[in-house]
Amino acid sequence: MGVAKAIRDGYGEALLELGRSDRNVVVLDADLAESTRSSVFRRAYPERFFNAGIAEQNMINMAVGLALSGKTVFASSFAIFATGRCWEQLRNSVAATRANVKVVASHGGLTVGADGLSHQCVEDLSLMRTIPHFTVIVPCDWIEAKKAVLAAARMQGPVYIRTSRPKTEQLTTEETPFVIGKSVCLRAGGDVALIACGIMVGAAVAAAKALAEEGIGATVIDMHTIKPLDAQAVIAAARATGALVTAEEHTLIGGLGSAVAETVVGWCPVPVEMVGIRDRFGQSGEPEELLRKYGLTSEEICKAAKRALSRKKG
Amino acid sequence: MRDTEKAATRPLNDSFIRELEERARVIRSNIIRMIARAGSGHPGGSLSVADILTAVYFTRLNHRPKNPRWADRDRFILSKGHAAPALYAVLGECGYFPKGEFLKLRKFGAMLQGHPDATRVPGVETSTGSLGQGLSVGVGMALAGRLDGKDYRVYVCLGDGELEEGEVWEAAMAAAHYTLDRICAIVDFNGLQIDGRIQDTMNPEPIPAKWEAFGWAVREIDGHDFRQIIAALDWAAEPKGKPSAIIARTVKGKGVSFMEAQVNWHGVAPTADEAKRALAELGEA
Repeated sequence: MGVAKAIRDGYGEALLELGRSDRNVVVLDADLAESTRSSVFRRAYPERFFNAGIAEQNMINMAVGLALSGKTVFASSFAIFATGRCWEQLRNSVAATRANVKVVASHGGLTVGADGLSHQCVEDLSLMRTIPHFTVIVPCDWIEAKKAVLAAARMQGPVYIRTSRPKTEQLTTEETPFVIGKSVCLRAGGDVALIACGIMVGAAVAAAKALAEEGIGATVIDMHTIKPLDAQAVIAAARATGALVTAEEHTLIGGLGSAVAETVVGWCPVPVEMVGIRDRFGQSGEPEELLRKYGLTSEEICKAAKRALSRKKG
Repeated sequence: MRDTEKAATRPLNDSFIRELEERARVIRSNIIRMIARAGSGHPGGSLSVADILTAVYFTRLNHRPKNPRWADRDRFILSKGHAAPALYAVLGECGYFPKGEFLKLRKFGAMLQGHPDATRVPGVETSTGSLGQGLSVGVGMALAGRLDGKDYRVYVCLGDGELEEGEVWEAAMAAAHYTLDRICAIVDFNGLQIDGRIQDTMNPEPIPAKWEAFGWAVREIDGHDFRQIIAALDWAAEPKGKPSAIIARTVKGKGVSFMEAQVNWHGVAPTADEAKRALAELGEA
């Protein structure tokens, strides 16, 4: 289905649309415009694009100054620099003033590949989830990324969107509704629910197909918004299936799995098995090699689903 | 016509200077009162910057206290956010909020938080307190002004110890790179930081040469001399295709003899007795 494109390509396309429709949109980058795809905006609207150079902290706070002066500001870098290096700026200047700053960071996760540990951000969702007033989004394909960026521009306040480097398959269509905080059910099944974000949504769909061949019905939820989490959908899935699996290209500490577990533990405690990275750094390698090594595959999701099923009560 | 035109065209004669000195005296007294009541806060850096803030807000800043969000206003950012009592005392004096708020400083539910909170205080442009961030925000505001074809100015006041933060120099580089000549950095150069003298802690000197090297026009002044402060603000307003930095030599704790140039008065509130002595020195009964 559809075209294979990188999730970050959706950002570039959305910026082009925003540049055309909204003169108030300003874009910043920190010397990575080609990689993040903000370069698409730079080419079309150079007067509203500012390169901050290799100085991410200053970029984030320039974004605050522009936003407090009425601009809708998009600021981009790699996820590790945008969130890790600038966490305090994001907390004390962006979130504390509720500035209308949208941080769209590419190169989230291990699929950065050969650049290795220093550039593979697997902590951004935990980091961003802890900051009040931030909305946190991880689109599953380029088309959802495009819709997420347009939706972020429409809402007032701080937003973090994680995009990824490699080309991935298109899982949603132009017609798939996108509402921030409202998950998308891609497949229905009664035995177990697979809740995933980003590139792991594709793996969850593949896992659901494999499980179906073994007679196991799996729901697949594209949880594109990590915060505010679609708690209603999580609780409904927990009630309907009694067994959940989460899947994310991220550390298991504090990301999607944690958010889902925090929700079900209070409302509908059921077994939750988490697929993600176990408190480790990445390393250089091809994306596929890395995903296999760190257990981020549809096979791992299938195994987790079976573990969850076996733990299910009666 | 700019709202401050009246103040701006007033000759800097003795009577005007005396008026400003009287305002600064009242502001210093309120700084002492509010910190003493709060039981914590930063008197040293609040008193060192008091004359600078008085000069900016009462002579050159183009602002409307009754309309804090007026789009054409000049922006002032107190990047050294721990000097919040000085900013609050000045904003209250300008009429941004009732002066009754002074005595609730740092108390639960107060408008006047320990460090400036832009979501609570009218007239506070951005939240500060974590050092090193204000100049970057100012650069963003100056860029926005240029995009919108507005002629407002942006003033950012930094501490000298604050210059040890790397982000300050990222912002300094950016302001010069974008040729933002409507931004003015004012450094409150009082020579002290919490742990001691700046030279002994992490020497940011030579301060004027650093700003020059980053592409700024630089002027050094006595930060307690109103004529010099105002002349420097006028100099900064002259278009020169580059940003302006005013390095203001000040005395930490200025105006209260036992606090002056004393590092231990960086972040300690005066006791009731000390406050009384301080207020007596400031001419308050």
